[in-house]
Amino acid sequence: MNAWQQHLVIVPVVLPLAAAAVLLAIDERRRALKRSVAFVCLLALLGAAVALVRAADQGAPAVYRVGDWPAPFGIVLVADRLSAVMVLLAAVLGLAAFLFACTHWDRAGPRFHSLLQVLLMGVDGAFLTGDLFNLFVFFEVLLAASYGLALHGSGAARVQASLHYIVVNLTASLLFLIGAALIYGVTGTLNLADLGVRIPAVAAADRGLAEAGAGMLAVAFLVKAGSWPLCFWLPRSYGAACAPAAALFAILTKVGIYAVLRVLPLFFGAAGGEPASFAREWLTIGGLLTLTYGAIGVFGAQELSRLAGFSLIASCGTVLAAVGAGQAAVSGAALYYLIASTLGVSALFLLIELVERSRAPGADMLAITAEAFGSPEGEEREEVGVAIPGTWAVLGLSFVACALLLAGLPPLPGFVAKLALLDALLRIAPIALPTWVLLALLMFSGLATVIAASRTGVRIFWTPERPMSARVGVFEILPILILLGAGIALAIEAGGVMRYLDAAAQALHAPSGYIDGVLR
Amino acid sequence: MSELVVALAIGVLAGCGTWLLLRPRTFQVVMGLSLLSYAVNLFIFCMGGLRSHAAPFVPAGPPPDPALLADPLPQALVLTAIVISFAMTALLVIVLLAARGLSGTDHVDGREDER
Repeated sequence: MNAWQQHLVIVPVVLPLAAAAVLLAIDERRRALKRSVAFVCLLALLGAAVALVRAADQGAPAVYRVGDWPAPFGIVLVADRLSAVMVLLAAVLGLAAFLFACTHWDRAGPRFHSLLQVLLMGVDGAFLTGDLFNLFVFFEVLLAASYGLALHGSGAARVQASLHYIVVNLTASLLFLIGAALIYGVTGTLNLADLGVRIPAVAAADRGLAEAGAGMLAVAFLVKAGSWPLCFWLPRSYGAACAPAAALFAILTKVGIYAVLRVLPLFFGAAGGEPASFAREWLTIGGLLTLTYGAIGVFGAQELSRLAGFSLIASCGTVLAAVGAGQAAVSGAALYYLIASTLGVSALFLLIELVERSRAPGADMLAITAEAFGSPEGEEREEVGVAIPGTWAVLGLSFVACALLLAGLPPLPGFVAKLALLDALLRIAPIALPTWVLLALLMFSGLATVIAASRTGVRIFWTPERPMSARVGVFEILPILILLGAGIALAIEAGGVMRYLDAAAQALHAPSGYIDGVLR
Repeated sequence: MSELVVALAIGVLAGCGTWLLLRPRTFQVVMGLSLLSYAVNLFIFCMGGLRSHAAPFVPAGPPPDPALLADPLPQALVLTAIVISFAMTALLVIVLLAARGLSGTDHVDGREDER
C-alpha cells in the first residue's frame, strides 16, 4: 500500500466536508458554479468509494489512524468490506439525489448542496469510524444535515413533520450518550475493537452495567433504523420531505442497521452466551413486528409517499429479523437485500414527485373513496384507449421496476435477495418458530407490495381522465434510471456481489480479524 | 455522600425532563429536552469517577502517579456533548417558532385537542 493509498480511507469524510465549505462560500446566485463544484465532488466521492471497495476486497480491513495516534488512544477509521460497500451505496444515492435536485429543488431554499455534502460526510463517517463516541459525533453531523434537508422547501407540513423528527432523534441521541458513557465507565475505552477485547473480560459485578449500556445503544440505533415500535415518526417525516431529500434519507435508516450489525457482534460475538442470544431474540422479534407493521402500512397507504415510507420500514424489518438469526450466511443475504431495497425505495421517492406533479391534490383520497363506494360521476366514462405518451411510458415502466424490486419479483435484484434469504434461512438445521414466521411474513410483505403497487399503478397510469400534462425533464428521469440501473447491475452481477457480501458477513460474525487489524 | 447528591440530581433532572418531554406544548418539550441533556451531560461527567483536587493534566516534570489524576476523557466528551446538544436545542427552538407561526398554535401536533 503506497503513501497515497493509505489516505483513501479518510477521503469520503474529508472530501464532502471541504466541498460543503467551498459551496457555502459561493453566492447562491452563481448556481452553475455551485452545481459543478458539487458534481465534481460527488463524482470524486464515487470514485473513492469504488477504490475503497476494491481495496477492501483484498481481505484485511484498511485502518487509518487519525493523527497517527496508536489505536486504542486515538480515533481510527476502518474500511472493511461492509463499510466500503455502504460508502459506495451512499455515494450512488448522493449522486442521484444531486442530479434530481439540480432540476429545481436546489432553488427552493438556500444551501441545499452544502447540506447534501454534510449529510454524505456524516453518513460516510458513521460507516467508517472505529470509535464509539466518534460514531455519535457522525450521527449528529448527519442528523443536523438531515434536519436542514427535511425542512428544505419549508411549508407547514414539512415544519410540523420535522418538529417530530427532530425531537425523536434528539431523544435517541441522548440515549446513545447514556449508553456510550455507561460502557466507557465500565471498560475505560471507546475504541470499538478494544471494546471487543474488554467487554468479555468485564468483572461479573459490572456486567449488568455494560449490558445495560449496550441495550441503551441498541435502542438509540433502532430508533434510527425505524424498528417497531420506534418508527411511527418515519412515514410522515420522509413523506413530507422534498423528493431528493427523501431519496437520500433512505440511507439514514441503514446507518442504524449498520451500527447494530457492527456493534452487536463486536460486543458479544466472541463471548457468545446469554447477552448475545438475548439481543438476537429481541432483534428477531422487533424485526418481525416491524415487517408486519410495514406490510400492513403498505396495504393501507393512500398516498404514494406513505407507501414508500412503509416499504422502507418493511425492508428494515426484514433485515433486522434476518440479522437476528445470527448466521453469517443469512446476514450476507440480508446485506444484499438491504442494498437492493435501498436503491428501490430511493428511486420510488424520486418517482413519486414526478408522478404527483401532474395529478390534482387529493386525487388519491378520491380514488380510494371511489373504489369503496362507487364513483359518483364515473358511469359515463369513455372506454376509449388513450395513447400513452413517451414520458408516461418511461415513468410507468420505472414504477413497475420499483414495485418489482421492492416486492421481490424476478428479474430484479429484490428477487435474488429474497431467494438468497429464504435459502439461507432454510439451511439452518432445526428451523425454529421465528424462522417460519419470518418466511411467511416475507411472502406476505411481497404480496402486500404487489397488491398495493398494482392498485396505485393502475389508478395513476391507466386512468383515462388523468390530465396528460407531464412536464418531465430528462434530468429528472436520469437519476431514477441510474438507481434502477444500479439495481439491475446488482442482479446481473449477483454472483460476485453475493460472494463479496458473504465475506463481509463472515468477517462481521468473526470479529477477530477486525480487532487484530485495528489493535495490531 | 457526594455520590448520592450527584445521583439524586441526575435522577431529578432526568425525571423532570422525561415528564416535560411528554407534554403537549412545544415549549415544554424544549425545556424537557434541555433538562434531559443536562442530566446526560452530568452523567457522562461522572463516568470518570467523582474526584476532588485531582487535575486532568499531567504537570511538567516527572510523570506523577496516574491514580492522583482525574480521567480527562469524560471531560472532553462532555464538552462535545454540551456543544452538540446546545446547537440542536437552538435549531429546535427555531423550528418550533416556525411551526408556531405556520400553524397558529404551540401544540406539538399543530392543532389543538378537540374537546
